[in-house]
Amino acid sequence: MIVAGQKPLAEIKKMLGDAERILIVGCGTCVTVCFAGGTKEVAVLGSALRMSTQLDGNAKTIDELVVQRQCEWEYIDPLLPELDKYDAVLSLGCGVGVQALAERFPNKRVIPALNTAFMGMPTRDGNWEERCQACGNCVLDKTGGICPIARCSKQLLNGPCGGSQEGRCEIDPDVPCAWQQIWDRMNSLGLQEQLLAVEPPKDWSTSRDGGPRRIVRDDLQLPAEYRD
Amino acid sequence: MKIDGQNGCSNLERLIEAHEFVVTGELGPPKGWQRSDVERKVELLRGLVDAVNITDNQTAIVRMSSIAAGRVLVELGLEPIVQMTCRDRNRLSMQSELLGAAALGIRNVLCLSGDHQKFGNHPTAKNVFDLDSMQLIQMVTRMRSAGTFQCGEEIEGGGPPFWVGAAANPFGDPFEFRPQRLAKKVSAGANFIQTQLIYDLPRFKEFMKRVVDLGLHEKVAILAGVGPLKSSGMAKYMRDKVPGMIVDEYYISEMEKAVASIPKEDKKARNAAWKERGIQLCIEQIREIRQIPGIAGVHIMAVEWEAAIRPVVEGAGLLPRPVLS
Amino acid sequence: MSESPDLKIVAFCCKFCAYKAADLAGSLRLQMPPELRIVQVPCTGRLDMVEVLHALEEGADGVMTLGCMPGDCHFLQGNLRARKRVEYVKKLLSDVGLEPERLEMFNLSSAMGAKFVEYAVEMTERIRKLGPSPLRRPSNAAAQGYRDDRLESGMRNMEAPQALPQESTVVPAEM
Repeated sequence: MIVAGQKPLAEIKKMLGDAERILIVGCGTCVTVCFAGGTKEVAVLGSALRMSTQLDGNAKTIDELVVQRQCEWEYIDPLLPELDKYDAVLSLGCGVGVQALAERFPNKRVIPALNTAFMGMPTRDGNWEERCQACGNCVLDKTGGICPIARCSKQLLNGPCGGSQEGRCEIDPDVPCAWQQIWDRMNSLGLQEQLLAVEPPKDWSTSRDGGPRRIVRDDLQLPAEYRD
Repeated sequence: MKIDGQNGCSNLERLIEAHEFVVTGELGPPKGWQRSDVERKVELLRGLVDAVNITDNQTAIVRMSSIAAGRVLVELGLEPIVQMTCRDRNRLSMQSELLGAAALGIRNVLCLSGDHQKFGNHPTAKNVFDLDSMQLIQMVTRMRSAGTFQCGEEIEGGGPPFWVGAAANPFGDPFEFRPQRLAKKVSAGANFIQTQLIYDLPRFKEFMKRVVDLGLHEKVAILAGVGPLKSSGMAKYMRDKVPGMIVDEYYISEMEKAVASIPKEDKKARNAAWKERGIQLCIEQIREIRQIPGIAGVHIMAVEWEAAIRPVVEGAGLLPRPVLS
Repeated sequence: MSESPDLKIVAFCCKFCAYKAADLAGSLRLQMPPELRIVQVPCTGRLDMVEVLHALEEGADGVMTLGCMPGDCHFLQGNLRARKRVEYVKKLLSDVGLEPERLEMFNLSSAMGAKFVEYAVEMTERIRKLGPSPLRRPSNAAAQGYRDDRLESGMRNMEAPQALPQESTVVPAEM
């Protein structure tokens, strides 16, 4: 899932600037399960901002609301009648949610309260790790299910580099060397011979290097004359 | 001997083909643009080594470009081995710079992954890693052998005659995979290998045994990486802080013994004693390494201590360096 | 501040240890500071950060959470979770501009009646030194009602509409 973390309160306050009446909008999907922007986090941030602005001597009106998913029009459209009451929307959605709100409500400032970090998973309580870089051309079958693009610091396809020691990446002892993991995994699968072939240069055009991406599924789209 | 843009293949290549035991050195370009800084270092190495590696933003610290410094060496008559990492360039700029390097008389390229920029002085930079070192080796050797760019188009006037090198680290993990990774680099087309600094001879010998068993020493020239230690602090730093390096306790204790009888306040005497012992240890190492089957030469890395190369090379009986007609 | 106003310290007490200890203190006729406002919870682990924050937002001068000894929580790990949440909120209070010392967690067993009072007295002394919360509203504002600076009270969850309205109030995407 998409994993995000909250910006520091001071940064959020600075972005709010002169806005006096603010609606915090949370999201019930990815950011709820990474505890960054769900119902509870919205309530905590709302309370913190009300207290903080009051202590600053300029109490702001801060209201709280959560939608099921900020990245889909049908879930955010019902917000429209609410927005007249507010100067700005503080979104606790991921970067996609913030942009959806901004696009749907172009006359309202939408401020991101989160830093969207990566696609990953909780490996244990309170610990999320990056797993996928959306390169657009999955190579996981060649590496025993461990992604070298997301998990090798140098995105090597013929790793490991010389800095791998005791299963740790040279950049940080807490970062496992993805290629050590791949080597171990391919060995346990009996497929280590496959790692002897030189993997040729990657076609990066399917990743962000090729430009902003889109997927179109014609089978899911009604003909133009029948669309709303 | 001068190499210009038109003539000549790598002198190092010719020496290896003539079965000479080769000696290469290393030169770190300056953190500035003064050509004289490069010239000064060249004079410290002239006549002592067959070719000189020029590092490429080593440890992700910005320095003068290795190709530019390499050109200075060409003009001064000392053969450069230009290092190229995958961290700062994509495949377009790599090929473009290689064509330029060949035009400037450079004939040896060492293909490396590159230290992550987190270590360096620009940790907020984007890294590239369009290719990895394996793919870079393959690309450069194909430029020479097939005369084509990575995309398959023909290179005008034929491919550049590079002699391609790669690094090997017998001390990184997973240890079992390292000889096979070397085999991969050989199948990617590497012509010569320089290893990481050796401060654990038993492990290195074990590595070379596996390499020889795989027959790799016959396909690629393997140069053992050695370097004189400057102090016990340096030895401990490399043991603890440099990922992928192993330093056997023997070296730490030898360096400590060297200053055991000198008072701590006498820094001058301590440094002199350390340096003397460091050079001696390096000489002993070279002698022992020459006995290992499969070794075609040594690569001496005297970090910011080019003045140490002469005593090491002399002490190890490696002078004079051969000159081919 | 010349006179000491009526300080309010909310004490969230877990049912199994802290509340029983408070009860015991009462049976032992021990003097409880009058500032304390005890709120029973099944376990300190039941407390979300937001309940602690709301107490302070509403003008509590101090907030205590009292739970079982670590390792003895009736619900096994609730008090451990509570400890982490309290630490988080204390850091948040620094960012907010309120003294983190206004919030504290204490651990005790149900037999520790005297200890309960000891903690209560300790916290009360601390809050007296800090003074009343700067978030207190003037007394006449209290009469205006709960959270009077909010346009919408409480959290709302917005559902997707069941069907699109006939006259769409939705802004077309092309605008």
